[in-house]
Amino acid sequence: MGKAPQKKKSLADKVRRAKTASEIKNNPFEVKINRKKFDVLGRKAKHDVGLPGVSRSKAINKRKETLLKEYKQKNKSNKFIDRRLGEYDAKMAPEDKILQRFAMERQRVHEKKDVYNLNEEEELTHYGQSLAEIEKFNDSVNSDDESEEKGLLSAELTASHFGGGGGLLRKKTSGEEQEEQGSLRAKSRQELIEELIQKSKQEKRERQVQKEEAQELTEKLDQEWKSIQALMVTKTPKSERVDKPEEKPKLEEYDMMVRELGFEMKAQPSEKMKSPEELAKEEKEKLQKLEADRLRRMMGDEGGESTQSRSHMSADDLNDGFILDKPDKKILSYQDGEWNIGEETEEDKEGDEEEGASGEEEESDAEEEDGDDEEEEDEEEQEEDSSEEEDGHSDLESEQESENEEGEQGDEEPQKSLTKEELKAQQDAAKAELPYTFTAPESYSDLKDLLHGHTPDNQRLIVARTQKCNHPSLAVGNKLKLQKLFGFLLEYIGEVASRSPPELTTVDKLIPEVYTLCQMFPEAACQAMQSILGDAAHSMEEELEVKGHAAFPTLDMLVYLKVAALLFPTSDFRHPVTTPALLYISQTLTKCPVRSLQNLTSGLVLCCLAVEYISLSKRFLPELINFLTGTLHLAVQDKAALGYKVVPPFRPSGKYSDLLVSSSPESCRSWSRKSLSLSATQHLDLTSDLDRNHYRLSCLSTCLGLVKTCCLLYKDLPSFSHIFQPIRTLLSKHLSTQMLPKPLQELHSETLEAISSAPVTHSQLVFDKKKPIPLKLLTPKIVEVLDYGKKRGCTREEREKERLKHKYKKEFKGALREIRKDTRFLAREKLDEVMSRDAERKRKVKELLGGLATQEGEWKALKRKKKK
Amino acid sequence: MAPTKKRNVSSELNLKRAKIDLDGVVERLLLSRKHANDVFDIFEFLQSEKEKDVLSAVSACSRLFSTLLERKDLFIGKLPGEEEAINGYDAEEKYRIFMRHRYNSCLEMLLEHLNHELHEVKESALCCLMKFAAGEGQHPLEDMDWREHYSFPRELIQAVVDNLLSKTTDNSLLISRFQEYLEMEDVRYYVISSIRVNVPKVMEKTKGAVLSVYQNNVFSLMSNINMPSQKSEMTNFMVKQEANHEDWRAAKLLDHKRAFERMWLGFLKYKLPNSMYKKVLVILHDSILPHMSKPTLMIDFLTAAYDVGGAISLLALNGLFVLIHQHNLDYPDFYQKLYNLLEPSVFHVKYRARFFHLANLFLSSSHLPVYLVAAFAKRLARLALTAPPTALLIVLPFIYNLIRRHPSCRVLIHKPGTEDKPLEDPYVMDEEDPAQCRALESSLWEIKTLQKHYHPDVAKAATSINTPLSEQEDDLSKVLEMTTYELMDRDLKQSQIKNIPLEFETATELLKGGGDVLKQHFCLV
Repeated sequence: MGKAPQKKKSLADKVRRAKTASEIKNNPFEVKINRKKFDVLGRKAKHDVGLPGVSRSKAINKRKETLLKEYKQKNKSNKFIDRRLGEYDAKMAPEDKILQRFAMERQRVHEKKDVYNLNEEEELTHYGQSLAEIEKFNDSVNSDDESEEKGLLSAELTASHFGGGGGLLRKKTSGEEQEEQGSLRAKSRQELIEELIQKSKQEKRERQVQKEEAQELTEKLDQEWKSIQALMVTKTPKSERVDKPEEKPKLEEYDMMVRELGFEMKAQPSEKMKSPEELAKEEKEKLQKLEADRLRRMMGDEGGESTQSRSHMSADDLNDGFILDKPDKKILSYQDGEWNIGEETEEDKEGDEEEGASGEEEESDAEEEDGDDEEEEDEEEQEEDSSEEEDGHSDLESEQESENEEGEQGDEEPQKSLTKEELKAQQDAAKAELPYTFTAPESYSDLKDLLHGHTPDNQRLIVARTQKCNHPSLAVGNKLKLQKLFGFLLEYIGEVASRSPPELTTVDKLIPEVYTLCQMFPEAACQAMQSILGDAAHSMEEELEVKGHAAFPTLDMLVYLKVAALLFPTSDFRHPVTTPALLYISQTLTKCPVRSLQNLTSGLVLCCLAVEYISLSKRFLPELINFLTGTLHLAVQDKAALGYKVVPPFRPSGKYSDLLVSSSPESCRSWSRKSLSLSATQHLDLTSDLDRNHYRLSCLSTCLGLVKTCCLLYKDLPSFSHIFQPIRTLLSKHLSTQMLPKPLQELHSETLEAISSAPVTHSQLVFDKKKPIPLKLLTPKIVEVLDYGKKRGCTREEREKERLKHKYKKEFKGALREIRKDTRFLAREKLDEVMSRDAERKRKVKELLGGLATQEGEWKALKRKKKK
Repeated sequence: MAPTKKRNVSSELNLKRAKIDLDGVVERLLLSRKHANDVFDIFEFLQSEKEKDVLSAVSACSRLFSTLLERKDLFIGKLPGEEEAINGYDAEEKYRIFMRHRYNSCLEMLLEHLNHELHEVKESALCCLMKFAAGEGQHPLEDMDWREHYSFPRELIQAVVDNLLSKTTDNSLLISRFQEYLEMEDVRYYVISSIRVNVPKVMEKTKGAVLSVYQNNVFSLMSNINMPSQKSEMTNFMVKQEANHEDWRAAKLLDHKRAFERMWLGFLKYKLPNSMYKKVLVILHDSILPHMSKPTLMIDFLTAAYDVGGAISLLALNGLFVLIHQHNLDYPDFYQKLYNLLEPSVFHVKYRARFFHLANLFLSSSHLPVYLVAAFAKRLARLALTAPPTALLIVLPFIYNLIRRHPSCRVLIHKPGTEDKPLEDPYVMDEEDPAQCRALESSLWEIKTLQKHYHPDVAKAATSINTPLSEQEDDLSKVLEMTTYELMDRDLKQSQIKNIPLEFETATELLKGGGDVLKQHFCLV
């Protein structure tokens, strides 16, 4: 029974073994396809096809080799291990085997014999280096020659380099050496190696000899050199080595130099000198930046407020609180003999001159430098930071510094210039008498006293010097003093402007000083300006409440409004000074009735101011158009059947509505355009009719000019045609050109053309395109899943524990299965054994019984025979 | 300076002396009848040139005669002539007649003084007269027989009113002083009646021509009349009637109202100067209409005023509104008229706030046709091109509110699908009929223009049309009364900004900068 399956199995195994792997795989009976529950795209299943037969036979084979062997060895304590060299190595030739065994034998013998043998072949090493060589290390020459040995790879060399281990090889070879004579077969290869070794040894030996010789020679040479050395001492002290006391100071000197070089500030890699184009470009960029900033404020963005630089600087501003002041210039110009004349052109050039400040100045300034100034410069340079980074190349910096000094040394400066002045000072002794230092005025009357009786130029000089003497960096209280000075100056300007006749030249001269002070103290300037505006607006408001209309502002207020526009940017979306100022202008334009040519002049000045305020931003100012329309209306002769409406303060008809009507053709002919005077707002003295007509025409021309400017400014407004519709009707229908002089006729037609050239069609309004609001999306919460269907621990440790447990379980199961298989295998084997043993015994019993039966038979046959 | 001071001092001394003197005279007069003739001394002072003397004399008179009134030392009943009185009366009677005569002449003098050029004199005269009036009310000088049962010095009040309503001098100050007497119900009633008598008398004389000073006086007196709103408030009487007080006309609210109504109608019947028209219209809805017994009687006046045009029409709106709203007045073409009221000047007149408040009320109805609302919005927008910033801050939210209330007006600011077809503004500004003005076909380009307005608040308000308007209506009441100064003050006050931007272009000359416009047209000298 037991035999048959065993046989079968073995047969199957045999068959399987005989078959190739591919054959098995293609055999459908061998293949078991593992059914998959789901198809997962992109997953490569490892176990979709199983070969149970193959794997079973593999497992059985493995067990046969391991388990069965162990089983067979069971209860057997002795073991025979064959350790003969190459005994089980089938690849080794028997001769090699013998040879190697022999070598081993020899080696064993040799080891015992050679323990105390100091053979020359044997080299002593220390850390893998030959001791003989180490001994030579003190020899300086040796190091030079090292290169010679490089690239040479010999057995000895490797031996010497890698220390021990080489012994075996060498011994073997030496063993073979002896054997070599006998055996011719191996000669070819062995010999070659041997020769090679020999050769290298020889070479080495030769080299050593050479080396020794060379060393000897150098030593000899040294000796000889020393004997001569004494003779050469005086000539070449530097090359000496022996003479120490003499050498020492020189060494120090040298060291010092080295140290100096080491400690010396290394030359900073400076930016290269900028070419004029680059400078221009930089300038342009700076201006662009300022312009961009201005535009941003114009649009009313609030965002970048914080990043905004502290204040606006002129493109030429050096950020030192000092703009190179006019007085300096004046002194220079005075040298050339021009005191009053070249004023304007110089100011235009100002920037250029600053750029190209001469070397002379720099030098002289450098001499004046003292400790205090340096400190101040430091402070100021810290303030500068950002802007300086931009143009921080060395040249400009030095220039800046020099100009700083110029500024700070303001009180000394004039003295210096005085010396220059003296050459021509005799011309104007009075001016030289002007003191150079001024105390800052404590009150307005102080300032007035200070400036009283001086020419406008001198007044400016005084203010400039006062300002310099009291620069905030010079003393603690100066800042306050100068802030006060600004207020006083404004007051003074107002007073000067309201004198009769107004001294506007003085105001004009003082403007740069006011501007400089404003740049220094924006807050104070802002407050001063605001209080002026607030007061004016308040008084007007009161007047309006009482009377319903107000008088035109006086000249000083007009000057203030202009000064505000000079000091503060007019294009800002909202500005603490210019916005109220513009509001004030518009208020006056709507509330102040025009009752005389004087009033009209004020109104036109205000219109000019309004245009200036909006010239950059091109903002729409309805009051301006209203006033201009009203002014033109004043010139219309026939007030009946108007195609337009005038807006208060103007009336369609009435007492003052014919102010600009001039009928005499004679005055038209003799009229020539000339600019109106600012003082005409206060006092107008027109005696003759002709004068009056001329003045009317001038006003009309100004008005038309302003209308034209407005046309250009408002060209892009969607309601342009409606805004200018009254003016258009007025000009085309009511204001006949025949009555006007030639230049006015031209202006008239140009204006009309400008108005009618604007586009009248517009696309209808739609809301701004808005980004659609996206739907609310809930992003899925992704949870990492390690084992499906398993309870997951919260913490990492728990998860790990869980995982390990699972793994253990799997392993445990696997092991159990394996053990079962093993026992099954063993049981089978045991059964096999028992069966085979039984079969043997049966066979033997049968044999015996058979033999006995034959014996019996034979015996019976014999007995029968006998019987017979 | 010094000499005038001295003079002052001396005059003071004089006055003191005079006062002592007059006080003494009054004392003597009251003490015994012997010195009755001293009263002429007082009159002498009363007629003197020096105001101080007059003042002291007035006070002396007031003391003297009020005491006499109390003592009943003045003749009661029909006064016989002074010559007649010499015979037929006993000494007592004679004295009374004499004093009554003096009293009458004193009244005459005081009434004369009401037209004195000095306010102090006028005032003291007025006070004195009213004191006499009170005294007379208490102790009537007339016989009860021929009078109706109520005693009130009507003649005196009539005389005072006649003198107050001067044709030559502006008595508004004095009239405001007189107001305190008008608080008293009976005085008010009789003053109203007196005005009613006085006005036609004066106006007929001039054949209805405008007398601005007189009418001014009348108006200030009439506007100073504060009518009680309830019967229970009527407690303050100058003269308490013993009998039948409740039946007295002066104590009845309805009679007050009737008299009041007739007074105003009588006044408004005549041609008024324009300023007076405005003044009347300003207070009309507040202090006249509610106190009339039949407010609808005002309709003629109001429609006439509404047709005048300009500011007067604007003001008439208010009264009309009250009538329409509370008294069921039907006014044809009201909205068309309102539409035609919209002119550039509405943004400049003083009564702008009131007008917009009312316009807002009128247009708040959701039953108005779309074309009408659109016409209003468009017209206001067009007019906004000439408006000052304070008005713009009203008009812009106003237009937005209109569009919010009538969502079909949204096409004015949002007409999608027409971007590529530019067209000329189809709106006809000169069309009087809002139905014909084609406002709905137009867009509010004017507001687009105002986005470039110079004032930041306006520009910001105008940008709201770029996006769909919010649901919430803008509150107009905050901006209605704002003045330019307040607007400016906002900027001036909130200047606590750290960085004040400065002009970066260096200023060198007064006339330079800003495109050199000023330099182009003006020179320094």
